[in-house]
Amino acid sequence: MSTDPSPPARAGTPPGAPDGTAHPLLRVEGISKAFPGVMALDDVRLDLRHGEVLALVGENGAGKSTLMKLLSGIYQPDAGTMELEGAPLEVRSPRQANERGVAIIHQEFHLMPDLSVAQNIFAGREPRRAGFIDDRALVRRATELFRRLEIPLDPRQPVSQLSVAGQQMVEIAKALSFDAKVLIMDEPTAALNDVEVRTLFRLIRGFVTPGTGVIYISHRMDEIKDISDRITVLRDGRYIDTLATPGTAVKDVIARMVGREIRTDVRPAPAPEGRPVVLSVRGLSTRKLLKDVTFDLHEGEILGFAGLMGAGRTEVARALVGADRSTGHVEVRGRAVTVRNPADAVRHGIGYLSEDRKRYGLLLDQDVTANVMLSSLGRETRAGFVRDGDSRRVATEMVRRLAIKTPTVRQRTKNLSGGNQQKVVLAKWLVRDCDVLIVDEPTRGIDVGAKEEIYDLLRALADQGKSIVMISSELPEVLRLSERIVVMCEGRVTGVLDNDDATQHNIMELATQFGGAEHLLATTGDAR
Amino acid sequence: MTSTTTVTDALPDAVVASRGPRYRQQLQQILAFAGLVVIFAFFSIASPYFLDWANIKGILLATAVTGIMALGATFVIATGGIDLSVGTGMTLCAVMTGVFLTNLGLPLVVGVLGGIAAGALLGFVNGLNVSFLGIPPFIATLATMMVAQGLSLVISGTKPIYFSDVPGFTQIALGELVPGLPNAVLIFFAAAVVAGVLLSKSLIGRYALSIGSNEEATAISGIDVRRWKVVVYTVAGVFTGLAGVVMASRLNSAQPGLGLGYELEAIAAVVIGGTSLRGGKATILGTVIGALIMATLTNGLRIMSIPQEWQKVAVGIVILLAVYTDILRRGKDA
Repeated sequence: MSTDPSPPARAGTPPGAPDGTAHPLLRVEGISKAFPGVMALDDVRLDLRHGEVLALVGENGAGKSTLMKLLSGIYQPDAGTMELEGAPLEVRSPRQANERGVAIIHQEFHLMPDLSVAQNIFAGREPRRAGFIDDRALVRRATELFRRLEIPLDPRQPVSQLSVAGQQMVEIAKALSFDAKVLIMDEPTAALNDVEVRTLFRLIRGFVTPGTGVIYISHRMDEIKDISDRITVLRDGRYIDTLATPGTAVKDVIARMVGREIRTDVRPAPAPEGRPVVLSVRGLSTRKLLKDVTFDLHEGEILGFAGLMGAGRTEVARALVGADRSTGHVEVRGRAVTVRNPADAVRHGIGYLSEDRKRYGLLLDQDVTANVMLSSLGRETRAGFVRDGDSRRVATEMVRRLAIKTPTVRQRTKNLSGGNQQKVVLAKWLVRDCDVLIVDEPTRGIDVGAKEEIYDLLRALADQGKSIVMISSELPEVLRLSERIVVMCEGRVTGVLDNDDATQHNIMELATQFGGAEHLLATTGDAR
Repeated sequence: MTSTTTVTDALPDAVVASRGPRYRQQLQQILAFAGLVVIFAFFSIASPYFLDWANIKGILLATAVTGIMALGATFVIATGGIDLSVGTGMTLCAVMTGVFLTNLGLPLVVGVLGGIAAGALLGFVNGLNVSFLGIPPFIATLATMMVAQGLSLVISGTKPIYFSDVPGFTQIALGELVPGLPNAVLIFFAAAVVAGVLLSKSLIGRYALSIGSNEEATAISGIDVRRWKVVVYTVAGVFTGLAGVVMASRLNSAQPGLGLGYELEAIAAVVIGGTSLRGGKATILGTVIGALIMATLTNGLRIMSIPQEWQKVAVGIVILLAVYTDILRRGKDA
């Protein structure tokens, strides 16, 4: 931590619990976890005291979810120790974690929609009589549980009939039915309205006793202020700081989340005036999330899209290329277009490079040539037959131009590194000659050197007149490449900033706007 | 994690290059071919009649009908789909050919093309159901399998249609343009060449394999996946139609009760040939070898006077073995 905007209320360090026991409820010490190409967690520590709610915050990719998966036994740490009330905590599976008293509520629900509430809660440990499931006991136990937790649910109702909040309640009840000591919640309010959030908080407060504790992961600063006792900040897989919630200003938390100073010397040159609008989007909406998204993309521009996870950036991309249904008005070079499916989008010169390149980008079992030519095959045929010689020539040319590291164009893309895979997907759209490229997290899972190459490539493409929408959760990346930045929050555009005016801080403010943080952030000065 | 880590640029070029897709596909076919040789050698030793040319001719004739169906099925399976309607569909096409030639007295060429068109229509309907109604291929083609079976019986009045009045019809399958080799076999090989070119060189084949590899990525790449799936099922239907005509010609009649079970033999042939049921990987040569294996096995067991019920057991076990070797091989280099 190099910058300290103001001295925050530093949390006390003694590990002891309020009730005087020597050990904290949960202690994580020196935990590291690496994935191919990424150090997800590097020497991270965390203390959860008895009877507290500890908020865990950090930007996307800070390592919160990985840490949680370590605690729930989904991953095993590479190094470090975890202790529950002083005893080593080694968990090999979520089930084992539950049995040790660590319950996790994931962001996505893991419920079986066609089974009843009670069946879901006791799945795998149903009460039995003579080898058969005792349905009456099942319902009885669920009813008792709900009475204890004061949850108004009918144990016999199928989960599919419940609202999202109701399903959330089932998840919580399930977690608590294990007599959990530690309850970990990942973005539990993401899908809840204000009333439901209050119910949830009541549940959390009811759960916390001198013998238990909660780790609460969230992006929403106002909720964190409301529910937590202390706040632990992670950034880029590292432990940054722990703050006592009372007396800490939101801006201090955000300063620690953002942390790294971006290199202001590599910002894009200001956009020249009067460039034609290539893509004009008005009132783009979807049933689920997007509301009235409006923006213009100019020729040769890189337009950044910033926002937190779930803000709707990927949904904008998918709606624009016709992968999802949407309403609204879209013009390409002044002409109204209807995009019903990605084939239409490609016809209008819009290519989409997905955040999930393995799922939506590549044919992993096929070679570089097949992947590079996939979008263009239809145009490169003679009487319906593919000209393989030409295809290989084009692919070889692309491999040279984008410096794709592959022994031959016959190499299967499965065997390429992440950065080179990404270049193959990019090559696909270049061969198809798309004017508008929507790149979604273009450097996700790519090592630092390859990132630089991708940046240079995108810049060069824009300079050649391609127009690029760049969705990214990495603010330094957005600031470095985009001439203008669209910030989204909960399906809406909350601001469009010129690069000159944009800072990580004001982007984060816009990105958390509907999280209710605006009243707290109003006082935040510009730290740049 | 280790199995999915990326083999990166660090590997010597030659090593990586030698493990290209071509090598893999060839290995797959070599294994299937070795299997065929082993089965062939076994029966040659076990029975003195096996290597008789008349018997070999029988094997080839038997291969032809299932083989032609299997060629079409290969395209569908390449997309990750399945076509259960090829067996009874073939019968329906045979019946339709009978209707065109005997009942309506149409010229030979028209009747034959009509039979093939009936197959194309059946495939087209399968394609629409799968693509636009979103019915899973298994169910969609299970339904048309039953529909085709029923229609064959209805149209024929549950009685076989004979082609005795149609001069030259039996020559389609049983004539010998090349002395000693029935035309049906020639048709099969010609169809295999066409299928091979379609699969490896045409948009139909490329898109079928792309869809099978990753349907979502193919769609995002701007390929109209739904339309191309309809094309693929229709192509499969054309092969079904051709199989129906050859079958009718060989028997000199359209037997409406026949056909059920042929689809499973065709699918088995495709799978033995190394085409993945998950889609994305398919070879026509493999399918041809697979069809030959199926026919050789059935013929050899029969010639050894193995009771019919035991023949089925043996064929089933061979299918298990063939697919299991494929899994073993993939597991090693995946």
